[in-house]
Amino acid sequence: MASLELSNIRKAYGATPVLDDVSLSMEAREFVAFLGPSGSGKSTLLRIIAGLETLDAGEVHLEGRRIDQLPPGDRGVAMVFQHYALYPHMTVEENMSFGLRNARVPREEIASRVAEAARVLEIEQHLAKKPGQLSGGQRQRVAIGRAIVKQPKLFLLDEPLSNLDAALRMRTRVELAQLRQRVDAGVIMVTHDQAEAMTLADRIVVMHDRRIQQVGPPMEIYSRPANSFVARFVGSPAMTLAPAEPVPGDGAYARVRLGDGTEVETRVPRAGLPATGPLQLGLRPESVTVGGADGGVTTATVELVERLGDRTLVYTRLADGLEVIAEDEGNSRLQMGETVRLSINGAATHLFDADGRGYHAEARPE
Amino acid sequence: MSRAADRRDWSGLFFVLPFLTAYVVILIYPLLRGMALSLQQVDLFGGGRFIGLENYARLFADDVFIRSVLNTFALALMIVPLLTVIALALALALNRATRGAAVFRGIFFSSSVLSVTIVTLIWRFVLAPDAGLLGETAQALGAEPIPFLSHPTWSLWALAITTIWWSIGLPMMLFLAGLQQIPGDIYEAAALDRASRWTTFWRVTLPGLRRTLVLVIMLQTAAQLQIFGQAQLLTGGGPGGATRTMVLFIFESAFARWELGYATAAAEILFLLIVLITLTQYATTMRGSEDDGGR
Repeated sequence: MASLELSNIRKAYGATPVLDDVSLSMEAREFVAFLGPSGSGKSTLLRIIAGLETLDAGEVHLEGRRIDQLPPGDRGVAMVFQHYALYPHMTVEENMSFGLRNARVPREEIASRVAEAARVLEIEQHLAKKPGQLSGGQRQRVAIGRAIVKQPKLFLLDEPLSNLDAALRMRTRVELAQLRQRVDAGVIMVTHDQAEAMTLADRIVVMHDRRIQQVGPPMEIYSRPANSFVARFVGSPAMTLAPAEPVPGDGAYARVRLGDGTEVETRVPRAGLPATGPLQLGLRPESVTVGGADGGVTTATVELVERLGDRTLVYTRLADGLEVIAEDEGNSRLQMGETVRLSINGAATHLFDADGRGYHAEARPE
Repeated sequence: MSRAADRRDWSGLFFVLPFLTAYVVILIYPLLRGMALSLQQVDLFGGGRFIGLENYARLFADDVFIRSVLNTFALALMIVPLLTVIALALALALNRATRGAAVFRGIFFSSSVLSVTIVTLIWRFVLAPDAGLLGETAQALGAEPIPFLSHPTWSLWALAITTIWWSIGLPMMLFLAGLQQIPGDIYEAAALDRASRWTTFWRVTLPGLRRTLVLVIMLQTAAQLQIFGQAQLLTGGGPGGATRTMVLFIFESAFARWELGYATAAAEILFLLIVLITLTQYATTMRGSEDDGGR
């Protein structure tokens, strides 16, 4: 049974639309990440689900019950705020039990739920302290604890890791992953960090320009981006989009020619492509390698070398001025200004039509 | 300590010297001078004569003085709680970003810029039983007008109402500033925590305003214990001394009867009372609240 169902949601602030006909269905216990740049509407969508914003049109259903008309507290959702939003004058224990007391949960029940959450989150020794006496990471745990004790049907996390330093962020990411195994509820996390979305979510909802661009499991988003926005936004460094011309032929797969004359044989079926119009060839760094057994297909100048240890990213420029990021071995000896030969793995490339729609290699038969 | 460090320590004093000079000349010196004066018998002609604590002894035996102390405390008790509650209510009502709220904030603050003379003039027109607004309204309704300026208890209320109307602006602004300091996401968290409006007020807003509340009460208590202009102009301390406040007593002793030493002794008692009361308020309300600062 679907846990959360969003249908045709629209929202505008005055004359500025922020969400345009957004629909989404979540499975029970699913972890979904809303991923997108600032201003894409992802936080607004989360706040609409929480009841902190009204919607102009559309409906929100949670486990079959329509909730978009209900006040926030009656929706069966709990939220972890970006800046935690703990009550500064209450102790950690009072912070966690406040919602339960308002809901008239019996005293013993509150005590046991708070104790259990504090044990799981390892904040038992801080229960009598106030938020001002805690570190950022501890406050984060209290905020999560406050959500857990409510036993909601859906957790809403608004950029939960953005306020933590890098080391703590990695640790909390792991903890969130463990946490979601323990709770019997769906989770929605808003983030602009693709690594968070990729590592935590069952499915990623990529949002941009008031709309959902693509919904899918992390690897699908990465390997079969629905359009050029998703292709560029997911993956680091971003995919290179090279203007390309289709080469007429009668093979099953499309063949394209880049600006410098290089021809690339893709694995994208020729049949599905638009008959006319310009194309773009999508190249991830890992599909372009320096040198290679066949000596490469084109020549490029090295402009920047980024040594990441396990691999090296080589920023190159082709003869026609196109910048292509290629990958080389970790112990690469390349220098800036060198001329190199590049190989392109055509089977790993993507094509995008004039509207930005993506076309991908046929799924390999299992 | 080395000589260099010694010199550094003292060089700081040089920078605060201008302020320190002014502070000593216009605050510390008059304070000490006042204390000395309160131990003397001084009149308009010539220097004083040291009489020890005789002025204080006379004051504690003076029914007029004791009455003025009681009047002052009664007024402070009538004004401060009401003023605080009304200012808080106004701030809560006007704490929004609409044009209407901005206009009303201006209106409610505007009374504060008037001088006490104008304020009392306005309220004489309102309170006078025979010709005032309230009196005429009462008569039009066929009721007996309340003798606001001639009845001992009602005339205290007349002073209290006038004072509240006059001084509502500053506490309201302080509360508004305090409300702006409470982050909005805490209210959102409270909404998700099913807190009713009432619970939200008691558990989120009021604790968030704690420091402002203490500040308003302390400032207003210190100010209202020194109430003077309204009493002088609206009721002249009457009827029968029912509205004579401590400062009015001091004023009359000093500038009507020219008993400067006696008046100064009364002023020292007022000073001591204000210091004691505000310190007590501070100590009791600030206890155990040091760790409320962070979020």
